[in-house]
Amino acid sequence: MTDWTTVCNLNDIDPDTGVCALYHGEQVALFRWGSSDTVYAINNFDPIGKANVLSRGIIGSLGERPVVASPLYKQHFDLQTGVCLEDSNVQVKPYAVQVAHGVVQLG
Amino acid sequence: MSKKRIIVVGNGMVGHNFINTLATSEHASDFEIITFSEEPRLAYDRVQLSKYFSGSTADDLALTSEAEYQQQGIIYTLSDKVVAVDSQARTVTTANGQVEGYDRLVLATGSYPFVPPIPGKDQDHCLVYRTIDDLEAISASAAVSKTGVVVGGGLLGLEAANALKQAGLDTHVVEFAPRLMAVQLDEGGGKLLRHKIEELGVTVHTDKATTEIVAGEACRYRMNFADGSHLETDMILFSAGIRPQDELARQSGLDTGERGGIVINDYCQTSDEDIYAIGECALWDNKIYGLVAPGYQMAKVAADNIVSALITHSEPSLSFQGADMSTKLKLLGVDVASIGDAHGHTAGSKSYVFNDDIEQVYKRLVVSADGKKLLGAVLVGDVDAYGNLLQLMLNDMDIPGNPANLIVPSSGAEDSAGLGVAALPDSAQICSCQSVSKGDIAAAVQGGCCTMGDIKEATKASTVCGGCSALVKQVMDAELTALGVEVNNNLCEHFAYTRAQLADIIRVKGYTTFTQLLESHGHGHGCEICKPTVGSILASFNNEYVLKDEHIGLQDTNDIFLGNMQKDGTYSVVPRVAGGEITPEKLIVLGEVAKEYDLYTKITGGQRIDLFGAQLHQLPAIWKKLVAAGFETGHAYGKSLRTVKSCVGSSWCRYGVLDSVSMAIALENRYKGLRAPHKIKFGVSGCTRECAEAQSKDIGVIATENGWNLYVCGNGGMRPRHADLFASDLDDDTLVKYIDRVLMFYVRTADRLQRTSVWMENLDGGLDYLQEVVINDRLGICAELEAGMTKVVDSYQCEWKTTVESAQKLKRFSHFINADEADRNLYYVRERGQRRPATDAERIELVSLDAASH
Repeated sequence: MTDWTTVCNLNDIDPDTGVCALYHGEQVALFRWGSSDTVYAINNFDPIGKANVLSRGIIGSLGERPVVASPLYKQHFDLQTGVCLEDSNVQVKPYAVQVAHGVVQLG
Repeated sequence: MSKKRIIVVGNGMVGHNFINTLATSEHASDFEIITFSEEPRLAYDRVQLSKYFSGSTADDLALTSEAEYQQQGIIYTLSDKVVAVDSQARTVTTANGQVEGYDRLVLATGSYPFVPPIPGKDQDHCLVYRTIDDLEAISASAAVSKTGVVVGGGLLGLEAANALKQAGLDTHVVEFAPRLMAVQLDEGGGKLLRHKIEELGVTVHTDKATTEIVAGEACRYRMNFADGSHLETDMILFSAGIRPQDELARQSGLDTGERGGIVINDYCQTSDEDIYAIGECALWDNKIYGLVAPGYQMAKVAADNIVSALITHSEPSLSFQGADMSTKLKLLGVDVASIGDAHGHTAGSKSYVFNDDIEQVYKRLVVSADGKKLLGAVLVGDVDAYGNLLQLMLNDMDIPGNPANLIVPSSGAEDSAGLGVAALPDSAQICSCQSVSKGDIAAAVQGGCCTMGDIKEATKASTVCGGCSALVKQVMDAELTALGVEVNNNLCEHFAYTRAQLADIIRVKGYTTFTQLLESHGHGHGCEICKPTVGSILASFNNEYVLKDEHIGLQDTNDIFLGNMQKDGTYSVVPRVAGGEITPEKLIVLGEVAKEYDLYTKITGGQRIDLFGAQLHQLPAIWKKLVAAGFETGHAYGKSLRTVKSCVGSSWCRYGVLDSVSMAIALENRYKGLRAPHKIKFGVSGCTRECAEAQSKDIGVIATENGWNLYVCGNGGMRPRHADLFASDLDDDTLVKYIDRVLMFYVRTADRLQRTSVWMENLDGGLDYLQEVVINDRLGICAELEAGMTKVVDSYQCEWKTTVESAQKLKRFSHFINADEADRNLYYVRERGQRRPATDAERIELVSLDAASH
């Protein structure tokens, strides 16, 4: 059974934007899909730009896939898998995430 | 095989075109090219000479440079004249005594201005109009003259009159014939042209034969005419036609025509087959061709013939078969065109005449006896039909329907003169300056070209006079359609529209959010392409706070935190320093803030100060201090107005003409915050020394004795472009009005991330069209454009001031949503007393030190 850790309130994340949470010493980028309660979580480190910035990228869709574009050089990362769309050898770590009672939890 | 030596005598437009043809051909390495110019400079654009008086320099007119020739291995001698040819020994000798041998000799000696044998013609201030040196002399003479006369009312004479008018003289044109442009225009056309030119303040005197030039009473000279009348003037410009420069050929025993010109055959060979003549010095079929396009054709033919004779030993593939002398030009701002048999000299020909005194348009069509073929035309005031009419005539096509329809103004949307480019044969010449056919353009499209820029680069079409650009585009679009290429200008997968179309939709529908637009005209969730684009359009029209809840998700990397993200994820901070003017007190505040936060400090190219290395959580505190000290955001992060660079201007400078600093500050404060398709930079110079480099800016303003000159669409950076002179001698209010309109038109119509320079290059009709829209309100939208700008100006807010006053907005400015810590992945080293991000190698050392200390 997953041990869920609350990192922030859902309302702390403006619709269609991201924030960065500190989770067991790791930086996790959290993105809120529109004004829904769907939240995606991937590691905040951009392996191509080599900086902790992914939470500050623009999110959107490519085909059916929810993605974030790196704010540095604009590569796309799949928000569900962390895979880079431009180079499938590059992947950032995805995290299990849930929204319950208005709070965002990582597990 | 040793290289073949080709000597080109004369480095004018045609001589240079020949050299360029040979030097860029596949056989370039087989030739050694040597050229001589009597003038002190290499080839320049003589067609555009009058631009010299509207701000263009000799460099702007240059067609090449010494560096380029050196790189191509072309040997050139300037300011020396070839005075003798020894066709037996195959050598030439120059005035300075230089002797060079040749395998083939090309004479491109051009022509000289004809000065009628009038007593008194050789005095000071009696000049001609042909070279840049002539222009310098005209300029010097104009500076000490009030009145100027051009002798000759032909094409060149009117060009020269334009030059005198731009030099500020009271200008007169004296013509021997009963009308202006007697060669190209019929009576009706000449009459309207005269009327329009006189409206512009140029006095026209026709039927005047000058008998002598004597000392004047009110002016320097008095010209006496055969009819007993006279005219006083301070200077006289002779522009009464040209004569072929055939002196060298004559002395060398080559055949020349009775009335001048070096006789050539269809291969441009003279009576000595190793010597060629091309351009205005050449006489083909007893005709001299005084336009540049036939000269370029001769250059191609001669180059082809020389390659065939010396290198490939094959039959030449090209020959000169005469050229069409149809022309379309703008004389003193009046559009004039003449096609084919403009006078109706063909036996049995009939004409159609359309004359509109109100709109001041005159058109005459000359058609064959059976009314089926177009033989010629005269157009004054409205020359839109030129391209289509010319194609009808050149390709000997049947006139579709009633010929009158070709010249009466269209009542509906259909272009009355439109015959459809699909009807043209592949051989139809679209660009006559560069001899580019419809087939050439089609081939370029098949080779992958799909924008005007591509076509220009691949075929050179529309790169000389630009008169064919609309037709080239039609051919390109038709070919793309024929290939089944759907021209996909869609912004991205979420919107099947261009940026300009989306801007129209948003404006017309009055949308205020991305969601409204996505629901009505898009699909999916948006992306990093369409979101910032739409965010920018919304801001351009509505100018709401960009971090407002419904807009925040649209903002790109920099806008979303109102700072410029650097490589390590930290930001740079750039407060506005309008016009580059800053008080010592404010400078000290910047220094104190930089010192407190250890920010790397650098002066920008736009005369302000950039502070680097601020972390996300530090931005609010930094900006609170800056706002308290009276600073505003500099929008360095936005696709918006950046800076208005200025020189110190008349308040301090010994040479300053106007107060450039005050104007720069006023402009910067007016347009600050305007979101646009891309960043916008201005420059304001207080005199023509141009210390603010305004001509390399999107909007450039330069002070003159009579007001401000406005330049538009310049660029520095990766693809430098000199700005175009848009309007001269403006007062402050008109200047601002024009800038309002230009910028709003750019905002409405440009593509995403398209700077003004590229926008201008892709704008159908180019500078002329933009002037029509902005100055003459051709589209009837100027009031709307101004209202749009007024709305933006009136709703300006400093985004940082708004942000530091909102606790809710400030919450986002922390690295972690759930911790007060900073990003631990930042490492710096010190260099020249300041910090900078560590390189990867330095980082490894720093990390291990960091680990060891824990």
